[in-house]
Amino acid sequence: MISVQDISKTYDQPVLKDVSLDVPGGTTVSLIGPSGCGKSTLLRIVMGLIEADSGQVLINGQALTPQNMLDLRRQMGYVIQSGGLFPHLTARENLTLVTGYLGWDREKETERIEELCELTNMSATNLDRKPDGLSGGQAQRISLMRALMLDPDIILLDEPLGSIDPLVRYELQRDLKSIFKKLQKTVLLVTHDLGEAAYLGDRISLMRAGDIIQQGTIQDIVSNPADAFVQKFVTAQRSPLEDL
Amino acid sequence: MKVVLKRLIIPFIIILISAGISEARQQEPVRAGTKVFTESVLLGELVTQSIEADGCDAELIKQLGGTQILWSALLDGEIDVYPEYTGTIIEEILADTDIRSIAELDSVLATYEIEMTRPLGFNNTYAIGMKEEVAGDLGIRTISDLRAHPELSYGFSNEFMDRSDGWPGLRQAAGLLPESVRGLDHDLAYRGLQAENIQVIDLYSTDPEIQYYDLRVLEDDLNYFPEYEAVYLYRSELETSIVESIRRFEGAISRDAMVSMNAAVKIDREGDSAVASRFLSERFGIESDVYEEEMWDRLWRNTIDHLYLVGISLGLAILFAIPLGVIAVKVKAIETPLLGAVGILQTVPSLAILVFMIPLFGIGAFPAIAALFLYSLLPIVRNTHSGIKSIAGPLMESARALGLPNSFILRRIELPLAVPSILAGIKTSAVINVGTATLGALIGAGGYGQPILTGIRLDSVPLILEGAIPAAVLALLVQGLFDLIEKWIRG
Repeated sequence: MISVQDISKTYDQPVLKDVSLDVPGGTTVSLIGPSGCGKSTLLRIVMGLIEADSGQVLINGQALTPQNMLDLRRQMGYVIQSGGLFPHLTARENLTLVTGYLGWDREKETERIEELCELTNMSATNLDRKPDGLSGGQAQRISLMRALMLDPDIILLDEPLGSIDPLVRYELQRDLKSIFKKLQKTVLLVTHDLGEAAYLGDRISLMRAGDIIQQGTIQDIVSNPADAFVQKFVTAQRSPLEDL
Repeated sequence: MKVVLKRLIIPFIIILISAGISEARQQEPVRAGTKVFTESVLLGELVTQSIEADGCDAELIKQLGGTQILWSALLDGEIDVYPEYTGTIIEEILADTDIRSIAELDSVLATYEIEMTRPLGFNNTYAIGMKEEVAGDLGIRTISDLRAHPELSYGFSNEFMDRSDGWPGLRQAAGLLPESVRGLDHDLAYRGLQAENIQVIDLYSTDPEIQYYDLRVLEDDLNYFPEYEAVYLYRSELETSIVESIRRFEGAISRDAMVSMNAAVKIDREGDSAVASRFLSERFGIESDVYEEEMWDRLWRNTIDHLYLVGISLGLAILFAIPLGVIAVKVKAIETPLLGAVGILQTVPSLAILVFMIPLFGIGAFPAIAALFLYSLLPIVRNTHSGIKSIAGPLMESARALGLPNSFILRRIELPLAVPSILAGIKTSAVINVGTATLGALIGAGGYGQPILTGIRLDSVPLILEGAIPAAVLALLVQGLFDLIEKWIRG
C-alpha cells in the first residue's frame, strides 16, 4: 500500500499543500485534475525522484530514506506518458536492464519475459526492435512490461496513455484494468481524463492547485460534487453524442 | 559500449608505455639547434659535422624556431650549441642589459652559464649593394661615395624603408639626397637591378643573391649598420674537446665563403649537409658524413612522427576529457569553472601554447604532445558534457525509477546515449590536432611541419607540399574514420 502523509512542496510557488492520500493494497486510485495541479509532482515524490519539503510517504509501511531508496524503487513499477524506453537498447534490453543489474540468470529472464508477453498481449517478435521501431501502443506495452519485470506490488503510472491514439488507447485501458485486477496490484494512476480515471480507478482523488479537494468513487463525485469546481470538472467532459 | 571502450583504450595504453620506454634513452649526444633560415641551418650542419668528425656523437635539430625558442632551449640544456649573431644577442636576448663590449657580453652570458665563441668571420647585417659593373664604372666603393651620385635610383625593401635604423637613419647619417627612392618587394628589387631600373638596393650582407647577381656590397665606412657578427653560443658545461670542435670555426668563415654556401643551397638547390661537408673538407681537410634523406624515407619518418604526436596527445585527451565532461555534469559547483577553463585554453594561440611548454617540458615531441593534449580537450569535454546534459528528463527519470544506482546509469544509459556527441567531439579534436601538430616542427617535434618549414626556408613549393598534402590527407582520413565509427555505432 501507499500512504502519502501531509506532503508539501514549493518551487517558486506552492505546488503541493499538505496533501494526504492512501492507496490501499490491491486497489487502484486515479489521481485526476487539470494541468499544473501538482498530480505528477506527487507521483514523483512517491517514487522518490523529488524530495518533499515536509511530510512523508510510506511504501508498504516503510518511509523512503536515501538508504532504502533503490530497494523501495524496485518494489514499484513506473510508467510515463512517452514510455521512457531507452532508445539505444532493444525492447528486450530495456526489459532486462534491472534484472541484469540484479544478476538474474538468462533462463529466469527469458521465462519472465514470456510470462509478461502473454499477460500484456505482446508479440515476442517485437522484442528485438529498438523503441523507434515500435508503435506507440507497443512501446507502452513494453514500458508496462518493464515496470512489471520484478513483479512489484505497486505500479505508478503518469498519463500512461496520454499520447496513444483512441482505438489503441481503448484496448490498452481494457488490458491495464484486467492486468491490475488479475495481479492484485496497488496502483496510483495520474490522468486528466475523467473517463479513464473512472474506468481504471476503484477510487478517484481530484486535485486542484496543490490540494486534493475530493476523494471517493466516481458515483460519489458525480452525485455529490464537493464544490463548484468539481461540478464544473465533471460536466466539462464532452460526450461525442451530445450534439446529435 | 564496453567493447568499444576496450578497443579504444588498450592501444593507447600500449602506445603510452612504449613512449615511456623510448623517452628513457641512454646518454644523450651533443645537440645543436638552428633557426629557420638557411644560414643558421648551414652553421648548425657545420658544427654538428665538426663534432662528429672529432669522434663525439652529435645531433642536429634543424629549424627549431626563432631566437627566443633557441635561447630558452639552450638555457634549459635541451640543446648544447646554436649559431647566433652578436647584434641579436645584444639587442634582443639581453635587451634589458646595457652591453658595450665583447668582454661585457661574455661576462653577462657567463651568469647564464653560457659561453660565446669569437666571431666566425662574417657579419650578416643590412648592407647597401650595387651591380659590380655599375659601381665599378662610377668608382663607388663605400656608402659615402653615393653622395656624389644623386642621380642613381634607389629601390629598398618595404621593411628597410620603415625601420628607423634603415633608410630614414641612413639618409641622415650619410647625407644622401637621391632623386628617386621607392619601396618594393625584395625579390622585385633584384629584378629591377637586372633591368637597370634601379641601381642601389638594400640586402643582407650574406644574401646568396650577392653572388648570383654579381653585386658589390658597399663598405659601411660610417659604421652605420650595427654589427651582426656570427658566433656560436654553447653551454659552459660542455667538455673541452667538444668546445674545441666548436671553436674551430672562429675567424674561419669569411663573408664570401658564407655567401657561396648560402648560394649553393638557395640558388643551386644543393643539400645543407653536403654543402657544409664540402666546406669542412676544403677549409679544414676534415672528412664528414653527408646525410641526405630520400623523399620517401623522409615522408615515412614524418608520417610516423606526426602520427605519434597526434595519437598520443589525442589518446590522452580522450582519457582525460570524457571523465572531465562527466564531472562537469555531475558536480554542479565546478561545471562553469571547468568548462570555462578548457574554453580559455582553446583561445590561446596554438603557437603560444607550444612555446609555453618549453620551460616545462623542454623541446621535442614531449612539449608538443602536452600542448596538443591541452588543445584537444575542449571539444571532447564540451561534447561529453552536452551529450549527457541533452538526454531527455523523462528518460533519466525512468532510469532512476528503475532503482538503478547512479554509476550503473552513467555506464549503461548516459554514456552510451552521449556517444554520438562524444564521437563528434573527438572527431573535431582529431582534425584540429592533425593540423596543429604541423606547428610541432617549430619546437623540434618533427612531423609534417618539418618539410613545410624547410620548404618555406628554401622557397621550395614541392617541399611545402610534401608536408601540406599528407597533413590534409591525414585530416580527411581521420574524419572519414570517425564517420565510419559513427555509422557503425548507429548500427
